Amino acid sequence: MSLVQLSLATGFLLILLGLYGALTNRDIIRMIVSFTIADTGVNVVLVAVGYLPGREAPILDTIPVAEAASRITDPVPQALVLTAIVIGLGVTALMLAYAYRLFRARGSLDISEFTELKW
Amino acid sequence: MNFTTRKAIPLVLLLLLGSVFYALFAGYTPDETLNRTASYYASQTVQETGAQNVVTAIIVTYRGLDTLGEVTVLFLTAAIVGLVLAHSKAPKSRSGSGFLPSGELLTTGTRMLVPVILLFGAYVFLNGHLTPGGGFQGGAIVASAILLMLLSDPAQRFSHRLISRIESSAGLTYVIIGLLGMLFAGGFLDNRILPLGSFGSILSAGVIPLIYALIGLKVGAEFSSILTSLEETEDAQ
Repeated sequence: MSLVQLSLATGFLLILLGLYGALTNRDIIRMIVSFTIADTGVNVVLVAVGYLPGREAPILDTIPVAEAASRITDPVPQALVLTAIVIGLGVTALMLAYAYRLFRARGSLDISEFTELKW
Repeated sequence: MNFTTRKAIPLVLLLLLGSVFYALFAGYTPDETLNRTASYYASQTVQETGAQNVVTAIIVTYRGLDTLGEVTVLFLTAAIVGLVLAHSKAPKSRSGSGFLPSGELLTTGTRMLVPVILLFGAYVFLNGHLTPGGGFQGGAIVASAILLMLLSDPAQRFSHRLISRIESSAGLTYVIIGLLGMLFAGGFLDNRILPLGSFGSILSAGVIPLIYALIGLKVGAEFSSILTSLEETEDAQ
């Protein structure tokens, strides 16, 4: 199994694991942790897709500029993932803040206590 | 809905999603060459921006508008976290009173490490155009120093005014630099309003180091404001 396949498989498994955790856990903090795991999985998959076998990181300190196009990996997914990580952190912070408010409102973090939106 | 169907539904959904992932995984072959966008960036970055780190050139110059949007999203997050938690702020006199003292080890360690961490954060965002790293990473490192200070002394209060001053002036300067790019160079956030300098030195790549320093300050201030908002509500009762 090559490096790309290994990291793709890891990423996909992390996404599935995170979604499973988010769907089955009743505790809001555990759901938030599950979401961040799924988020990590998405990032791993994106970076893995941008990897080209046998190439180097897109930093041209030792690679001559003229050969750059044939020696570096795809820089675009890496830029995307940098954005995704930062936005993921923002989403996590928001979820935690809301979880805190919910805890203040009910004194519990069990999702089954919150029945207003249930049908 | 009984208990078994409730348990079965997520499993069935995940099985379906898993088979989609498997199909993607089994049919995936890595590219042999870069696609057109990526090879444009690879061959033109040095000429057009003077940056050594291609990812930085993409984030700060080619997709600079997206990055501006990204720091705006972070700002919104910090503002909403502050708003959501504002109602449960601890009274000033009582805050942090319920904590045990944090211990000699953590206090001394904090005093020793915080300046080093801040310096490292500044190093990471000032060298964003040369080495792996940049404003977002550097900002996160700076905020981790704030986190360490909050851990060692939970009663400590940071001036929200100072944090928001740093944050807003960095954001404003960022936009002004972008507009100057429209006046003196090729377009919004064009980095060539300053000379590109010699390739590979710290003062090169036009305004990229300046913009990344501003992003670093802004991101550090935003993360710190999220951290302090979360911390100040901790002991509210």
